[in-house]
Amino acid sequence: MEALINALPGSAAQGLIWGILAIGVYITFKVLDYADLTVDGSLATGGAVAVMCIINGANPYVAIAAAFAAGMLAGFVTGLFHTVFGIPPILSGILTQLGLYSVNMRILGKANQAVSVDQYALTVSLRYIKEACITTGICCIIIILILYWFFGTELGASIRATGCNQNMARAQGINTNVQKVLGLVLSNGLVGISGALYAQYQGSADVNMGRGAIVIGLASVIIGEVAFGKIFHNFALRMFAAVLGAIIYFIVIAVVLQLGLSTNDLKLFSALIVALFLALPHLKGSYFAKAGSRGGKKDA
Amino acid sequence: MLRIEKVYKTFNPGTINEKKALNGIDLVLKEGDFVTVIGGNGAGKSTILNMIAGVYPVDSGKIVIDSADVTKLPEHKRAKYLGRVFQDPMTGTAADMNIEENLAIAARRGKNRFLGWGITGKEKQVYQKRLEALDLGLEARMTAKVGLLSGGQRQALTLLMASLEKPKVLLLDEHTAALDPRTAKKVLDLTEEIVEKNHLTTMMITHNMKDAIRLGNRLIMMHEGRIIYDVAGEEKKSLKVSDLLSKFGEASGGEFSNDRMMLS
Ligand SMILES: Nc1ncnc2c1ncn2[C@@H]1O[C@H](COP(=O)(O)OP(=O)(O)OP(=O)(O)O)[C@@H](O)[C@H]1O
Ligand SMILES: [Mg+2]
Repeated sequence: MEALINALPGSAAQGLIWGILAIGVYITFKVLDYADLTVDGSLATGGAVAVMCIINGANPYVAIAAAFAAGMLAGFVTGLFHTVFGIPPILSGILTQLGLYSVNMRILGKANQAVSVDQYALTVSLRYIKEACITTGICCIIIILILYWFFGTELGASIRATGCNQNMARAQGINTNVQKVLGLVLSNGLVGISGALYAQYQGSADVNMGRGAIVIGLASVIIGEVAFGKIFHNFALRMFAAVLGAIIYFIVIAVVLQLGLSTNDLKLFSALIVALFLALPHLKGSYFAKAGSRGGKKDA
Repeated sequence: MLRIEKVYKTFNPGTINEKKALNGIDLVLKEGDFVTVIGGNGAGKSTILNMIAGVYPVDSGKIVIDSADVTKLPEHKRAKYLGRVFQDPMTGTAADMNIEENLAIAARRGKNRFLGWGITGKEKQVYQKRLEALDLGLEARMTAKVGLLSGGQRQALTLLMASLEKPKVLLLDEHTAALDPRTAKKVLDLTEEIVEKNHLTTMMITHNMKDAIRLGNRLIMMHEGRIIYDVAGEEKKSLKVSDLLSKFGEASGGEFSNDRMMLS
């Protein structure tokens, strides 16, 4: 029990860092209705870019900005695959993700690159968990506020309309392809930031650091929705729920680790959790046979 | 206002599913024309509306709206000229967005969208008034998600969205077909009112021949991708359903009896 309580601040810090990724996943998965798997690659890209920037003497904030840009570029590529070449959403993301492995390897020069908090002025580190929580917490809040503003603008509304009903969007003069690319760019930019913070937090960037990231992102979004969906209606709060979902996720992970599950089993555990939560609405629906007439999702 | 010249369209050419949907359509609509479009299933009615809207490209031919050649323009670029209401009430609105947000998106049809506010306080007051005019009580539910509305309410809202920024041409594709008779009548009355008040050039597809005769100043009948009958003015007003049926019978060689055209 004591070990668990000791683990909590670390879970919170990790949750906040991955919460930024969760916000990105929320944008593609929920707002844009696009299952984007670029995430696994762009997280590592963000981490790799940030670490190499820092090692080469850049200010950590500049490094985070560079990671943001690199993530956006990754999202842009996925967007082009889908909109210009007509490749289905999931495959577009997988292709980018796969290609990014080589790119990340090039950026890092090797599979793993350490960046020690003793040598460099990092923004976050697991050596200073309380500070890490505060920094990433502020980061999350700023991001949510900016996105809240953005999705209230004409452009943001166009992205939402595209995710909701492409036929309607086009009939109202919205270029749905542009909106999809924009959404993917924004989302993966955030994932890049998340990767930059995560690499600093754990003191290294690794080409494999993004493996399964999409599942953690989805888990966070879904847990956030299940836990807070009934009380959070405001758009900003919904994004905040995804961050809380990430924190809950990492606390759950800490608990199961305490219960004796090995770290190697975690991926299976995560996959099952996500499968369960994804299945819930469906199972509920077929048990209670409630014909939900949501509509407008055709062709989306 | 709208000129369609020799438009052809074949779906899935060169396959066993090849389907000649449009076989040389020529049509000119004057400003303020309200044309009702009838014809059996698969006659090409929806296809011609989709061609005008740019949902699919034409194989050959030309489409001119308000003296602008739009033949090569993608759907979203033609939208500034067009108001559209679809058969399926789900198609015309964004279910997860609320009523005023849907209206605000429609109000920006044909305009550039950047980082200005998606909706302003002043707009909300305007929408409130426009919704009051629909007389469906929607003005009290402006922040309700559109997904919560009934089919009829959604069609009325789509109609309002289509006419919020005056379109050059209003395209209605069986927009009351999915509604119960009472709601259908209400939406149709509303259509008449909006078209009249804004003096809109309109094409309305319907399977209800009484409506087709009663509404508008012109009627066209389609069959196998062609316009086989085109009447206007007094001649149209004096039409009877039986006239249309025999006209249709001539065209289709008498095998119209179990067609949906008969339903009304
Ligand atoms: N996207 C498409 N792909 C392939 N074939 C199509 C497509 N759209 C329409 N068609 C075919 O073109 C023909 C004309 O269809 P259209 O939808 O225009 O008919 P309609 O007159 O609107 O009929 P209805 O009264 O049933 O709505 C039909 O045979 C239809 O199967
Ligand atoms: Mg049709």
